[in-house]
Amino acid sequence: MCSICGCASGEQRIEGTSSGDHHFHPHSSDNRDRLPFASRRLVDIEMDVLAKNNYIAGHNREHFAAAGILALNLVSSPGSGKTTLLTRTLTQLASGVECAVIEGDQQTTRDADRIRATGVAAIQVNTGKGCHLDAQMVHDALHQLSPAKNSLLFIENVGNLVCPASFDLGERHKIAVLSVTEGEDKPLKYPDMFAASGLMILNKIDLLPYVSFDVDTCIAHARQVNPRIEVIALSATTGAGMDQWLAWLEQQRCA
Amino acid sequence: MHEITLCQNAVEIMQQVGRKNNARRITAVWMEIGPLACVEPEAVQFCFALVCRETLAEGAILHLETPVATHWCDACQQMITLISPGVSLCPHCAGRQVRVIADNGMKIKRIEIE
Repeated sequence: MCSICGCASGEQRIEGTSSGDHHFHPHSSDNRDRLPFASRRLVDIEMDVLAKNNYIAGHNREHFAAAGILALNLVSSPGSGKTTLLTRTLTQLASGVECAVIEGDQQTTRDADRIRATGVAAIQVNTGKGCHLDAQMVHDALHQLSPAKNSLLFIENVGNLVCPASFDLGERHKIAVLSVTEGEDKPLKYPDMFAASGLMILNKIDLLPYVSFDVDTCIAHARQVNPRIEVIALSATTGAGMDQWLAWLEQQRCA
Repeated sequence: MHEITLCQNAVEIMQQVGRKNNARRITAVWMEIGPLACVEPEAVQFCFALVCRETLAEGAILHLETPVATHWCDACQQMITLISPGVSLCPHCAGRQVRVIADNGMKIKRIEIE
């Protein structure tokens, strides 16, 4: 009898093989593991795959609450004007409110350089091939940046309307920036992001005369996926509508 | 694109639980992808096999559950079934105050170990 598996084929020989005294069915350790009577058990886990991210996000959120920091996560597709919106916002705010910025990009420090040019502290997180910022990246960046108490922290996420929706960073709100050159059906095409956002900024309204974009239709589409989403239309280039955005920020800071 | 990160996290959790239970191998796993998770099940299937290589879960069978979202109408104060999944319109009152009740997570429900 075979001493490994207990089968009774130990006496088998195959003519012409020199393997000699052992029978021919393979007995690699891997194979032994697949024996039908190896005991298998089910272990219930019920754990979110993002549990670790969400735990760190919770830690970030506690930190923001303790220091009175309002953290906002700006999300959009590439080229919607997040950095231009930020530089203009910071220029107009900087005298009154302490601000800091965490910049997420796959490569380069171009955006962080543009932010620093306004005199506001910024730190760049390069995600490499990664398509989103996660809570750990924000946590590590926070330690380097150490934003002041009662300040405003903008997190500019990687330009991507899909993946950043899934990752809680500990922010108060996600803000979806959509430019009027992109098409009014974006909220329907990327519903998760607009469902996850508290505010939609319609940027580049100075270009409305040149593009076929219906603001009301776009807002209706956004409200289809998120009836509670607030909307502010502005142009970060000309400054139109900026007052409403700054008022929204002030209201959030006091909330 | 982020499916590979999610799979890496999942395999990390599976291995931790497996080791705690003295598993020699993890032979199967049951996962649930929430309707709002923006996670592509096919991409998960593809990435999962890759990230399992040379881990306790090498060769494990992945069972994916993808429940559909349910909806709540604020006006009618009840759960409703949408006529068309992309359009948030209550079939009873034609109102737009419809809220999606759905998980946006990806959950490991259980594993099978040897």
